[in-house]
Amino acid sequence: MADPGDRAAASAPLPVSAAGTADPATAAGWVDAPPRMGFFTDTSVCIGCKACEVACKEWNGVPTAGLDLLGMSYDNTGALTANSWRHVAFVEQPRPGGHGPAPFAGNPTGDPASAASAARSAGTTNPTGTEPGVLPGGPSAAARMTEFLGMPAAGPPGRTGSAEGRSDFRWLMMSDVCKHCTRAGCLDVCPTGALFRTEFGTVVVQEDICNGCGYCVSACPYGVIDRRVDDGRVWKCTLCYDRIGAGLTPACAQACPTESIQYGPLDELRERAAARVATLRERGEPQARLYGHDPDDGVGGDGAFFLLLDEPEVYGLPPDPQVTTRDLPAMWRRAGLAALAMTAAAVGAFLGGRR
Amino acid sequence: MANADVIVIQGSNMAEAHPVGFQWVMEAKRRGAKVFHVDPRFTRTSAVADAYLPIRAGTDIALLGAVVNHILSNGLDFREYVLAYTNAATIVSDDFVDAEDADGLFSGFDPATASYVQDSWQYAGHERDSGSGHTGEERETAAGLRHESHGAPVSQQVRRDETLQHPRCVYQILKRHFARYTPEMVERVCGVPGEKFLELARAWTENSGRERTGCLIYSVGWTQHTVGVQYIRTGAIIQLLLGNMGRPGGGVMALRGHASIQGSTDIPTLFNLLPGYLPMPHHARHPDFDAWVDSIRHPSQKGFWGGARAYAASLLKAYWGDAATPDNDFCYGHLPRLTGDHGTYQQVLNMIDGKVKGYFLLGQNPAVGSAHGRAQRLGMANLDWLVVRDLFMIESATFWQRGPEVATGEIVPEQCATEVFFLPAASHVEKEGTFTQTQRLLQWREKAVDPPGDARSELWFFYHLGRRIREKLAGSTLPRDRALLDLTWDYPTHGRHAEPDAEAVLREINGYDTLSGRPLSAFTEARDDGTTAIGCWIYTGVYADGVNQAARRRPGHEQDWVAAEWGWAWPANRRMLYNRASADPQGRPWSERKRYVWWDAEAGRWTGRDVPDFEVTKPPSYRPPEGATGPAALAGDDPFIMQSDGKGWLYAPSGVLDGPLPTHYEPAESPVRNPLYGQQANPTRKMYAHPVNSTNPSPPQQHDEVFPYVFTVSRLTEHHTAGGMSRTVAPLAELQPEMFVEVSPELAALAGLTHLGWAHLITARAAIEARVLVTDRLVPLSVDGRVIHQLWLPYHFGFEGLVTGDSANDLFGITLDPNVLIQESKIGTCDVRPGRRPTGAALRDLVQDYRTRAGIVPGALPPAVTPGVPVVRPGSTEDGEGNR
Repeated sequence: MADPGDRAAASAPLPVSAAGTADPATAAGWVDAPPRMGFFTDTSVCIGCKACEVACKEWNGVPTAGLDLLGMSYDNTGALTANSWRHVAFVEQPRPGGHGPAPFAGNPTGDPASAASAARSAGTTNPTGTEPGVLPGGPSAAARMTEFLGMPAAGPPGRTGSAEGRSDFRWLMMSDVCKHCTRAGCLDVCPTGALFRTEFGTVVVQEDICNGCGYCVSACPYGVIDRRVDDGRVWKCTLCYDRIGAGLTPACAQACPTESIQYGPLDELRERAAARVATLRERGEPQARLYGHDPDDGVGGDGAFFLLLDEPEVYGLPPDPQVTTRDLPAMWRRAGLAALAMTAAAVGAFLGGRR
Repeated sequence: MANADVIVIQGSNMAEAHPVGFQWVMEAKRRGAKVFHVDPRFTRTSAVADAYLPIRAGTDIALLGAVVNHILSNGLDFREYVLAYTNAATIVSDDFVDAEDADGLFSGFDPATASYVQDSWQYAGHERDSGSGHTGEERETAAGLRHESHGAPVSQQVRRDETLQHPRCVYQILKRHFARYTPEMVERVCGVPGEKFLELARAWTENSGRERTGCLIYSVGWTQHTVGVQYIRTGAIIQLLLGNMGRPGGGVMALRGHASIQGSTDIPTLFNLLPGYLPMPHHARHPDFDAWVDSIRHPSQKGFWGGARAYAASLLKAYWGDAATPDNDFCYGHLPRLTGDHGTYQQVLNMIDGKVKGYFLLGQNPAVGSAHGRAQRLGMANLDWLVVRDLFMIESATFWQRGPEVATGEIVPEQCATEVFFLPAASHVEKEGTFTQTQRLLQWREKAVDPPGDARSELWFFYHLGRRIREKLAGSTLPRDRALLDLTWDYPTHGRHAEPDAEAVLREINGYDTLSGRPLSAFTEARDDGTTAIGCWIYTGVYADGVNQAARRRPGHEQDWVAAEWGWAWPANRRMLYNRASADPQGRPWSERKRYVWWDAEAGRWTGRDVPDFEVTKPPSYRPPEGATGPAALAGDDPFIMQSDGKGWLYAPSGVLDGPLPTHYEPAESPVRNPLYGQQANPTRKMYAHPVNSTNPSPPQQHDEVFPYVFTVSRLTEHHTAGGMSRTVAPLAELQPEMFVEVSPELAALAGLTHLGWAHLITARAAIEARVLVTDRLVPLSVDGRVIHQLWLPYHFGFEGLVTGDSANDLFGITLDPNVLIQESKIGTCDVRPGRRPTGAALRDLVQDYRTRAGIVPGALPPAVTPGVPVVRPGSTEDGEGNR
């Protein structure tokens, strides 16, 4: 077992994210780290049962997120918050599923309501962060939700109603989770060391160290990590650090009845995912794609990545996430240069003054 | 299921209501199977299906009948299978008049009792063999339920036409019966676009036959109708015609809605059955043991029910031990008797009428979960005592204090005489025992934790209740107490609460030799001489060799895909019933791809991947000698061994009370006039004339426009049935926190409903309110030139728990299927209005106003036979004019 103490030296002063993408655990100073572990969430077989949400809450003792009917299809969780570490998104799309004749064709249907009803429901949301059932981040978050759920003119690809009314329908479901980024902005900005990189390459908050400063909240490019209102500390998915350390599967993956959530060594998962995308494309799902699998993306690839059936924006995911501390090294260098220059100038001034 | 090439899911929201079993549908899909979902609304099942067909609720027979027609008119049946394994070639009596020729009624209808005399439905030459004779009495006792495991008796000696050309052979009758069920008719009746229907029909037929198999899946979306049994019959006809029974990837899968609901029909919690599908005796028809047993086995009958005498004697021996001897008919006199309809709905009406004094409720919450919630609550408020055993304080325990009738003044807590005893129950993780699931698989559960506080298992409760009653009766000389005092009631107990040993109960269910105590290995060891005692004969083998076979947990990756060493399946650990049909008449696999069980000529026995569902050494060429009975009368190519003729029944000459062939009838409440027949609804449906029970008018009755919309109810993944185990638990409750109603954008515009606003729904029984979800998942349907709007509601909500709401089941009245007495609770008509419902007395006024406008007289029944439809009376040819 690697010694967590080895980690501290490597994590400062440069951001961990700058340490490269090869193996974040090794980069974080772990010696003989086990293979990097992660999640592959295949949304093409998700049935939206939310067993992952429940299993997560049960195992991790996550409190209730509240009892509000949100009206966003069958999503009454709203978003990933301090009180919901798995979140199943439901996206209703009045568009062809790509199979056979349209089932509603010939029936007296009019304009779709999905986008409009989502907008209406997003507008009713109480804008106070992790209050029960509410999206994090204030009124702007509700507005953002409205956007991604397809308000007219602001809709992401695939969300606009078709001119011919609705003759077909598609219902997408996706179980979202912390991405456990290779370059984790939250980890970079944490001043207390509460956030740390585990030997499995995952990112975990130590609840007894977090002081609730909240820097990590704005540093997360996915809007995942979140403060719990009643205790001020931040909480998120640990990839069941306690379970995987004991050789068990994380609770959500264990509970998933259709193997939509798969847990394993990241290398294996990436291979499996590539094969699955190829199969789906062969079977007439041209939109099938992976998200977060690429080590060369703006966060160095995710430890938890996804197979999606549409553009990431449709699911409320940023299309091109960037680690928020990307520019920190350059900034530090410039700040250092500026400090040197100022020191030189000051020294010069004193020296000059003596003359 | 994973081996299927096509999967048709109809009458089931499998992904949401059976998510664990649904993994096998996803596995089949992963392997390339095409998945179809037919449902009134687009659900999470539709979302992952390859094709979705929206259907008007209550019209499934029209769609399935059109599949039958598609098969027969295009010659797509699996002819070799159909000829050898079904009754397609059998000639039916000349007296039979089909519903097609009589505007929706079959011959033999008796208007006085609204039921059939089945003589004219029989096979030619056997008109007097209908066994049941008049079906009115069978309906009272839900006699159809006993056919869950075997067909009704018929004679072995039947006339056949192997060319299938005889005009009165089953094949030709079937062809004529469904000839009008065309894609155009599907469009007209069901609202399913013709092209979409053909996509389904083609995929189903193309993926069936020698090389390929298709699987049909249903659950209570089919059963909870006044013609529910006939829905399933239609599905079975398709699967027989396509050769999809008894083969891997085939079958008609009835999904069970809770843990061990299969177990509670095998070892029944039903009024008319004893364990192993032995019928409860009737007080008049079964005066003694022999009369009872002969009514089950039919002495000259083929098949394994020939052993019924041994099964029955062994059951009584298990009940009454040493007191049960061949000389006293094994204490047959101790068994309770049926005197008529003792079904749950009749009981509730009897409670309202003051005829029932006490009521035990275990694992049931009728105040929320049963149709006509108000009748349920009014009934329970009129008892002397009520025992509720549950994990949480459920509505059925608090209705007298907090129920909707308290608000309306119909129940006054201070005056409600019912004394309620609430006893906390242990949950499934707090006790040991078995679950029997959909596949008839028994799986043993270990106890994980002790139950909290006073919570106890059901086993503990009944054992100690029985023990205490027997102590009180000890020394009694009254004959009426003998049945209790003679019971074997001697289970070993352990622990500080004296918990009975569940394995000892399983051992008794399995059965044992009464002399040596040796557990039996197979039901073929059952004897009728008192030397065997068996609690449930179909479960014999679950404790073979004294080993709890249900507790076997050999992982799937350590055995083949049949996984015979995981748990134990009845009968005889057989994983697929009728698997003899997976081989051709000569005993060879139909194809390599679908190889499952076959005849090994060299070894002289049946072999394969599963336990053969056949006598293992009986060769395919075996022909029974003249006069053989029981299993010996089954030929080597009779795969349906529990049927009295060894054949799969395309046509049911008896056993089904509402017709030998399925026929489309409209639901008891429908806004649509039956487009196929003059007869509007099932003429034999069970109706109750009681002031509390009203039915919304349907055409051709007047005022059907008062309730213009169709509503249907079902489940969400997030909640469990009446909500007692989910609305009380925060991680589940928060996922679906409020009662809602789903409507299409078109209906929302029409009725003035807004997303997340309130609406209330009104029927002749109740008015309830719900939040509105406007969704594209519901569509208006174009039906027979009209637009039909359907609404959907979850039925999980009630007034107790962390999340509460009005109960959808309050909207339903009580009208039942005639075969099994299940309520029609998947469809009704209603009106919907924006805003919240009135409260207090104004609520009843609103409902009364609707009843008045609809011309409903309390206690009056709608006509069983639609006026104008000619009746073909028993024993006569057609009288009266057809008006079609």
